[in-house]
Amino acid sequence: MRKSLLALAAGLLLAGSVSAASAADKLKVGFIYLGPVGDLGWTYQHEQGRLALVKELGDKIETTTLENVPEGPDAERAIEQLVRAGNKLIFTTSFGYMDPTLKVAKKYPNVHFEHATGYKRDKNMSTYSAKWYQGRYIQGLIAAKMSKSGVLGYIGSFPIPEVVSGINATIVAAQTINPNIKVKIIWANTWFDPGKEADAAKALIDQGADVIMQHTDSPAAMQIASERGKLAFGQDSEMIKFGPKTQLTSILDTWGPYYIERVKAELAGTWKSEDTWGGLDSHMFAMAPYTNMPDDVKKMAEDAQAAITAGKLHPFKCPIVGQDGKEVECKGGANLADGQILGMNFYVKGIDDKLPGK
Amino acid sequence: MQLVLEKRAERSNTIALVSPLIAIGLTIVTMTVLFAILGKNPLLALHAYFIAPLTDSYSLQEIAVKATPLVMIAIGLSLCYLANAWNIGAEGQFLIGAVAGSWIAVKTQGTDAGAWVLPAMLVLAAAAGALYALIPAICKVKFGASEILTSLMLVYVADLFLDYLVRGPWRDPQGFNFPTTAEFDPVATVPLLIEGGRLHLGSIIALLVVAAAAILLGRTIKGFEIRVVGAAPRAARFGGFNANQLIILTFAVSGALAGLAGIIEVAGPVGHLQPGISPGYGFTAIIVAFLGRLNPLGILIAGLFLALTFIGGEQAQIAMKIPLDVTKVFQGILLFYVLACDSLILYRFKLVFPNRQVARGTG
Repeated sequence: MRKSLLALAAGLLLAGSVSAASAADKLKVGFIYLGPVGDLGWTYQHEQGRLALVKELGDKIETTTLENVPEGPDAERAIEQLVRAGNKLIFTTSFGYMDPTLKVAKKYPNVHFEHATGYKRDKNMSTYSAKWYQGRYIQGLIAAKMSKSGVLGYIGSFPIPEVVSGINATIVAAQTINPNIKVKIIWANTWFDPGKEADAAKALIDQGADVIMQHTDSPAAMQIASERGKLAFGQDSEMIKFGPKTQLTSILDTWGPYYIERVKAELAGTWKSEDTWGGLDSHMFAMAPYTNMPDDVKKMAEDAQAAITAGKLHPFKCPIVGQDGKEVECKGGANLADGQILGMNFYVKGIDDKLPGK
Repeated sequence: MQLVLEKRAERSNTIALVSPLIAIGLTIVTMTVLFAILGKNPLLALHAYFIAPLTDSYSLQEIAVKATPLVMIAIGLSLCYLANAWNIGAEGQFLIGAVAGSWIAVKTQGTDAGAWVLPAMLVLAAAAGALYALIPAICKVKFGASEILTSLMLVYVADLFLDYLVRGPWRDPQGFNFPTTAEFDPVATVPLLIEGGRLHLGSIIALLVVAAAAILLGRTIKGFEIRVVGAAPRAARFGGFNANQLIILTFAVSGALAGLAGIIEVAGPVGHLQPGISPGYGFTAIIVAFLGRLNPLGILIAGLFLALTFIGGEQAQIAMKIPLDVTKVFQGILLFYVLACDSLILYRFKLVFPNRQVARGTG
C-alpha cells in the first residue's frame, strides 16, 4: 500500500514537471496585485486587463498572478518569487511596489519589469500610469452642476500627488461653474477597506455633501450614497450596478491595450524601458456613460471630454492659484508642466482644508 | 449518552509531544479534501506548501527573513504572558522602535557618519520600544488600567505618528512628495549575511534572543519568578515576589525586543521608513508565542513554521495557481487544529451515560 502511494506521488510529481516543461516555451508574464481580484475596483481592472491580454495572446504566453500583496517588505519577496518561477515580464500594479520592484530589477537585469504609477525607472524597469486628473476635471464640472448644497464629499486614499492632483482638478473645474463650491475631504489612509470607505461616505453626507467622489477602490461609497439618495462617481471600474440611480459617471481604468502592447513588444524582442503617462487620447482610461443627469449637463461633460481628448482643454491651465493665494509658477508654457502635476503637493485656492503633512 | 471533555488529573506529556503531529495530520487530510474539491492535485499542492520552500537556499533564506521579526517579538511577549501581563501592543512598540532608530538614520543621511550609526540605531530602537511599552505597564500598576486595552490602543498612536513623520518632516525631498524617507545610507543598513541574498544580521540577533530567553527562563531566579507569578500568583506573593515589578520588567523587555525587531526590519529588508512596514507582525507574533507554547525553542520552531506557510502559500499561488484565499483557509485550519489538539493535553474525551433524572434536572 505504502509503495503504491509513493509510486502514485512520484507519478504525479513527474506529471507536474512534464506539464511545466511544455509550458516553458511560452513567455511567462507575472502580475502583482494590491487587493483581491474581487475588489471591483483597482485590482479588478488590472485583472480585466490581464484577461484581455490572455484572450489576445493566450497561445503565446502564460500568466501568473499574486494577489493581496502588501506594500512592504513582503512585496520584494513576492516579485522575486515570480522571477524565480520563470516570469520574464512582470507588472507590479501599485505605487508602493516601486522600491521593491527596483531592487529586484537591479538583481535580475534580464527580466523586464513594469511598475504602475511610480516614478523610478531603470534599464529593465518601465513605469506606466494614466492622466486620471483629466477625468476628475470632467467629474468636477458635473458635480458642480448637480450639487444642490454646493458641498462635494471627497474620499481620499493617501495624500500623494496622484490623489492631490485629482482633488485639485475637480475643484478647478467645479469653480468654473460655481465659484463658491465647497469640498469636504476625508483621508481613509487605505486603498481598499470597504468598511472605512462606507464610514467616510456617511460622515461626508452628514456634513452636507450631496455628491460623493472617491479615490479608494471599493464600491462601498457608491452603495451608501445610493441608500441615502445622493449622487456619486464610481472609481476605477463601472459601479453603476451598485447605484443605478446614483452613479453620474466613473473613471474606468482600461489596462488591457497597454498590457497587450507591452507583451507584444516583449515577444518581438523590442521591449524598451519607457515612461508611459497616457490620457484620454491614448485610451489609458475611459469615462463610463454619463447617467442620472439632465441632457444639458451630459452635453457639457461630453464636450469637455472631447476637448480634453483633442488637447484643446487642459485641466491645469495657467493661472493656477494655490491655497496661499499666490499664483503657482507656470513651468509648462500655457499649462502646469507634467512634473508639477506628478509631484503636486498643494491645494488650489478654494479648498477649505489643510493638506496632511503640510 | 454524551461526549464530554474531562480535565485530566495531570498534563499528559505524551499528548503534548504528539498533538502538533496530530494537528498537522488533520490539516493535511482536510486540505487534501479541499484541494480535490478545487480540482487541484493535492499531492502537488502540499508539496508546494511544505516541501518546495525547504529545497532551495533562496526560500530557506526567505523563511528566515520572515521569521526573524516574528520570533523576536514573540519571545518578548512570551515573558509577559508567562508573568500574566497581557501586552497586546507589540505592533506599536515595533513601529516606535522603527521610528526611533530611523531618526538617527535620517539625521545622519549624507554625512560622513561612521560605523557607530547602526549600533546606535539598534540601541535607541530597543530603548524607545521599552519606554513605549512602559506606558501601559505603569498605567496598569499605578492606576489599574487594563493593559490589554491601553497597549492595543497605543498601536494606533504609533501608526499615525509614523505616518505623520514620513508625510511631513522626514519625507524624502527627492521623492515627489510620496510618503517615505530617502533610502538609508549603507552605514545605517543591517548587513547581509549572503551576497545577493536577503538573509541579514537580524536573524543571528533573533537566535541570540532565543538563547538568552531560554537561559533566563530555565536557569535564573528571575525566570523562576516570572513563571511562578504567572502560574500561582498567591504562592508568589507568599514567596515575596513582587508581581507589579514583574509587569514593569516584562513589558519593558518585550517592548525592547519589539522595537529592536522594528528597526531591524526597516534598516534591513525595507531600507527606508514608510507606512505599512509591518504586515501585522506584532499581532501575528501573539499567535507565534502561543503556538510555541510560550517556550523559547517552541517559539523559534513556530515562527519558522508560520513563515514556511507564508512562503509556501506564495509558491502554491504561483506554481498551482491556487488563490490566496485558500492559503488563508489553510493557515486558519492549521491554527485551529493545533489549538484544538492542545486542549487534549489538559483534557480528555469521555463518554458519559447520564441517568434520566439528572438529565431532566439539568435539561
